[in-house]
Amino acid sequence: MRAPDDKPKSRIGDVLLAVEDVSLAFGGVKAINGVSFDIRQGEIRAIIGPNGAGKTSMLNVINGFYHPQQGRITFKGRTRSRMRPYEAASGGIARTFQNVALFRGMSALDNIMAGRTLKMNVNFFWQLFRRGPAMREEIEHRRFVEEIIDFLKIQDIRRTPVGRLPYGLQKRVELGRALAMEPELLLLDEPMAGMNLEEKEDMSRYILDVNEYYGTTIALIEHDMGVVMDLSDRVVVLDHGEKIADGTPDEVKRNQAVIDAYLGVAH
Amino acid sequence: MDLLYKIFIDPFMQMGGAPDLLVQTLWEGLVSGMLYALIALGFVLIFKASGVFNFAQGIMVVFAALTLVGVYDLLRSAGVTPGWLAAYLALAIALGVMGILAFAVERVVLRPLVNQPDIILFMATFGLTYFLIGFGEFVFGGNPKRMIAGELNLPSGAVEFKMAGGFVAMQKIDIAAVLIVSVMVAGLSFFFQRTRIGRALRAVADSHKAALSVGISLEQIWVVVWFAAGIVALTTGIMWGARSEVSFSLQIIALKALPVLILGGFTSIPGAIVGGLIIGIGEKLGEFYWGPLLGSGIESWLAYFIALLFLLFRPQGLFGEKIIERI
Repeated sequence: MRAPDDKPKSRIGDVLLAVEDVSLAFGGVKAINGVSFDIRQGEIRAIIGPNGAGKTSMLNVINGFYHPQQGRITFKGRTRSRMRPYEAASGGIARTFQNVALFRGMSALDNIMAGRTLKMNVNFFWQLFRRGPAMREEIEHRRFVEEIIDFLKIQDIRRTPVGRLPYGLQKRVELGRALAMEPELLLLDEPMAGMNLEEKEDMSRYILDVNEYYGTTIALIEHDMGVVMDLSDRVVVLDHGEKIADGTPDEVKRNQAVIDAYLGVAH
Repeated sequence: MDLLYKIFIDPFMQMGGAPDLLVQTLWEGLVSGMLYALIALGFVLIFKASGVFNFAQGIMVVFAALTLVGVYDLLRSAGVTPGWLAAYLALAIALGVMGILAFAVERVVLRPLVNQPDIILFMATFGLTYFLIGFGEFVFGGNPKRMIAGELNLPSGAVEFKMAGGFVAMQKIDIAAVLIVSVMVAGLSFFFQRTRIGRALRAVADSHKAALSVGISLEQIWVVVWFAAGIVALTTGIMWGARSEVSFSLQIIALKALPVLILGGFTSIPGAIVGGLIIGIGEKLGEFYWGPLLGSGIESWLAYFIALLFLLFRPQGLFGEKIIERI
């Protein structure tokens, strides 16, 4: 547990990831246009904006699903013009998806174990016979995964195929899989979409706990403004692929451009 | 009444009356069932990893066998002796070619189509089929070839066993086929169930983007399964080729795998084996005991009929993953 005098703001460190002047277009449609912002070590960073603002595209650029036509991404001091999904994952970027992307036929446990893929390195001849190093490795990973299962309070569903679970629990398993990667940066794409109030509160709690106990940096997209304002340290606002505001929740709330983007403006 | 007697009683009387014939029929069913299972296995591997029905599996069998025989001829005419050395060299080279094929398919066909709907990938395997037909004919010519079974030290001839009050004859090549297929199936299911690659494989089958996000390399998985399917194809080619000859018409045996897949479920390795055995044995028994009622020749469609019957009761196949749909 954190000592009480250790104020929240002091946990935030240097820049972990920075995107500079990133532009992404699909054919003639500009999804992201010259956006720059950074994510600092240990903070909870929200990306908000109306529908079609380019938020999910931005996450896809960060973890290498999309390759921007222009701009640079600096992660842990290394600058590149594009990420590859494998580089992102092995560099410590984990993510969840807007419309839950789980391995539906597999149990919750196997889903979370899949998150350990990159941490396993015993060669497969050992694995084949489940002897020696492979056995030790499996046990060690299993222990870690059980900790996550305890943390997310999903002990009772660990053997259930995830396709059978209700939506809220699926989202939790997906978070578990991302946590199994021991990420330095966790990208959450609408972690609370489609949830009821109680589930939202649970999820908020988990996000704060992950941030606090594991010290994981979190970037999240969310539509529920109440949640965003409560959780995040800093907020970046996108609209039509461009950045219109960046700052603390209070600053963003008062920003005229943001109010216009959300409420519309008289022309 | 007479018809009912012929359908429900007479065949069983015959079975009881000549148990050696029954054993003989069962054995033949077992052998062809094993070979069907082997073909089905090639489909299952690729279906599991990419959710794609690989239409090209049949032609891959032909292509692998042709490569083996073609390279062997080439080595012999280059003066490599003795025959067995050339044959095993050719086997190694054919394996290498299947590896290159797996690599090329991943690079040229699958990678550009990541995250596309399954039907697109399915259509791409059609393209692959026609490419392999054209390329195979261009390189090896269209004439049927003899499989180099003897040079690979596969046994020939038959052995007779005295059992069940008579004699049962077994082709040695069939015994070898059953043994080789068993070992191979055991090896593959072991590999895919017990290793990390196995879990990664199932993950890829379920969701490309989720697999990518946890750092599973789609490229690696696809090369592995296509290579495994290539090895299966080569084995199938050798075994089927040894029983007849190697020609492009061999690819239609792929169609025989369809009822096996329907029975066993597209995603299950044990399912492919059990399905293959049911189809193989059912086919031979049906042909031998019930065939005469319908004027014989029922072997060619009986498999589909059996599969249809199973579909009525288990749409997901015997071992397939039950499809769960939230409404």
